[in-house]
Amino acid sequence: MNLKTLSKSVLGGVAFVAMATGAALADPAIIYDLGGKFDKSFNEAAYNGAQAWAEETGGNYLDFELQNDAQREQALRRFAGQGANPIVMAGFSWTAALEAVAPEFPDTNFVVIDTVVDQPNVQSILFDEHTGSFLVGALAAMKSETGTVAFIGGMDVPLIHKFYCGYAQGANHVDEDINVIENYTGTTPAAWNDPVTAGELTQAAIDSGADVIFAAAGGSGLGVLQTADDEGVYSIGVDSNQNYLHPGSVLTSMVKRVDTAVQDSFNNSGDDETFEPGLTILGLAEDGVGYAVDENNESEISDEQMSELESLEQQIIDGEIEVHDYTTDSSCPA
Amino acid sequence: MSARRPLPRWADILLLPAINLAMAFLISGLVVLMIGENPLYAVQVILYGAFGYGDGVGYTLYYATNFIFTGLAFAIAAHAGLFNIGGNGQAYVAGLGAILVALALDQTHWLITMPLAMIAAGVFGGIWGLIPGYLQAKRGSHVVITTIMFNFIAAALMVYMLNRVLKAPNTMAPESETLDIGGRVPQLREFIPFFGYSPVNLTIVVAIAFLVGAYILIWRTKLGYQLRTLGHNPVASRYAGMSNSKLIMIAMTLSGACAGMVAINEVLGVQNRLVLDFVADAGFVGIAVALIGRNHPIGIGLAAVLFGALYQGGQELQFVIPAVTREMIEVIQALIILFTGAMEGLFRPALERGFVLMSVEQKAEATARATVDSES
Repeated sequence: MNLKTLSKSVLGGVAFVAMATGAALADPAIIYDLGGKFDKSFNEAAYNGAQAWAEETGGNYLDFELQNDAQREQALRRFAGQGANPIVMAGFSWTAALEAVAPEFPDTNFVVIDTVVDQPNVQSILFDEHTGSFLVGALAAMKSETGTVAFIGGMDVPLIHKFYCGYAQGANHVDEDINVIENYTGTTPAAWNDPVTAGELTQAAIDSGADVIFAAAGGSGLGVLQTADDEGVYSIGVDSNQNYLHPGSVLTSMVKRVDTAVQDSFNNSGDDETFEPGLTILGLAEDGVGYAVDENNESEISDEQMSELESLEQQIIDGEIEVHDYTTDSSCPA
Repeated sequence: MSARRPLPRWADILLLPAINLAMAFLISGLVVLMIGENPLYAVQVILYGAFGYGDGVGYTLYYATNFIFTGLAFAIAAHAGLFNIGGNGQAYVAGLGAILVALALDQTHWLITMPLAMIAAGVFGGIWGLIPGYLQAKRGSHVVITTIMFNFIAAALMVYMLNRVLKAPNTMAPESETLDIGGRVPQLREFIPFFGYSPVNLTIVVAIAFLVGAYILIWRTKLGYQLRTLGHNPVASRYAGMSNSKLIMIAMTLSGACAGMVAINEVLGVQNRLVLDFVADAGFVGIAVALIGRNHPIGIGLAAVLFGALYQGGQELQFVIPAVTREMIEVIQALIILFTGAMEGLFRPALERGFVLMSVEQKAEATARATVDSES
């Protein structure tokens, strides 16, 4: 009843037309996770990669933000049905949806970041977060005067424990007696966007003597960086280069190049010649992870510390230092 | 004030909701206009997305299934004079009952799993409604306050269960193991290819049965009569020898159990596992659905389809007009809830005055109705 009234009054007899979707064939597509594309963190990094691709090539890409879990498969089929290629997904919640949809579109190339889906037309991209975290952990231990450093994670999931474990190993590598405080903002996706709680946890860590704090907490990390700056201690940013946010206080950022991964996928994965299905791991050697040094923080890191970091990095790449990956056995030696 | 009379029935159940919806769409249209898109085209996209092709119809009906359950849940309590805004939490906790049964029985057959999971979901959701009901009946704690608090308790409980108890190994996301085929409710697309890949499933048949059942319960049974008496006048119901506190607890339990059926649609029908926040605010949409539907099963069914269409059509809009963002869809949905729910009576005084100015015959009818009419 309501709908009839509605359609009559508003539409005024406009005939339904099958609508052209407006998508050119083989445009790349990206689908963000529930956090939304402007989460100042992981999804936004993916968005920045897509934007960079669009600016570089002048091409057009499709994107979609989810409202609920039921839309995952729908969005995938929609883009695949429109002929989008490749389709890139950001986030570890995509496993089930992609496993269902990928076999239905064998000619479409899918790229998923942060989880593994074993299908012939899927490329799964993982990052060596533990090695990058190892290096910033080492730097934290070098800079710490109190002998206590801290780690504030976002959602309490294995992926973030992987950051922590690398960080703790790096700190221990430089100073065996160092005390590493570990804390997480929460257990739900809301933990990625809770800078207030993150700031409180940071304050607690500082009160316990921590003077370098690593934030691996997505949008919540902004609270960590702010509190550290207010209290005059060092912080370490994550995912994107966050050095510029609080120059002089942000010691460095553990960058995880989700943006580059998206950009490269848009460039290469649409073409079957250059598409690399299977597992891709981006580490220090591939510049997938690393520590950021720019004009905002170079004065904080001495030449000596710099060369030590570079040598550690080389030793990890060469395999002389083995950094344990938490996700392989759910335990951390450090 | 003297010029106001209650509205004739057809105006109350048809005209007023239509005006409210039109206002909501008008303002939504202005929002669309502000970002430089054509509102008429947007409406066209929404309608096409919701009803124009098989997948779209399927998704509309899938959303509507949830809204029927939560709308009915609200209506059952409302007939007893209770404002149950805890449908979200009741449905969420019901997911726990549904997944526990389904995980235990997913090696059998859905004909066994589904009824037992429904019972379990009903019991879990019912208990989550019963506790606020008990607090209202025996302790006088207002059910509006307690149910909204129980939504938060439910969220915290489920986060704990998903993270610490039910979480599947080797996954980052807090979600349970995936159900085997014996734990899944058959999809309508298996019988009707028209629905494409959409997740509308047999639960919608249950939802329709619930609509009929709710009608019978509320208007054709002794219990329904008692509940309505309580809703109209608690003093009268007590005077007539009914136990008000017992009725409050029964109403809240039935309401919670009904909301709990959302878990069957989502857990057994669509996701095939328990995921975080699977209810996705269907409990709150149910309030609007019940208000537009005037707490009557037929109205709830239609309003549920309307909101299902808005959800699915809104998603289509996002695909077709990229300038319309996810947030804007939420604004449009919120405007409709605002006008049809929160400000539902905005045009009532004006409309009532308008009707009084009409024929004497109408006036007489309205006066006659005033004696039997009841606002709930």
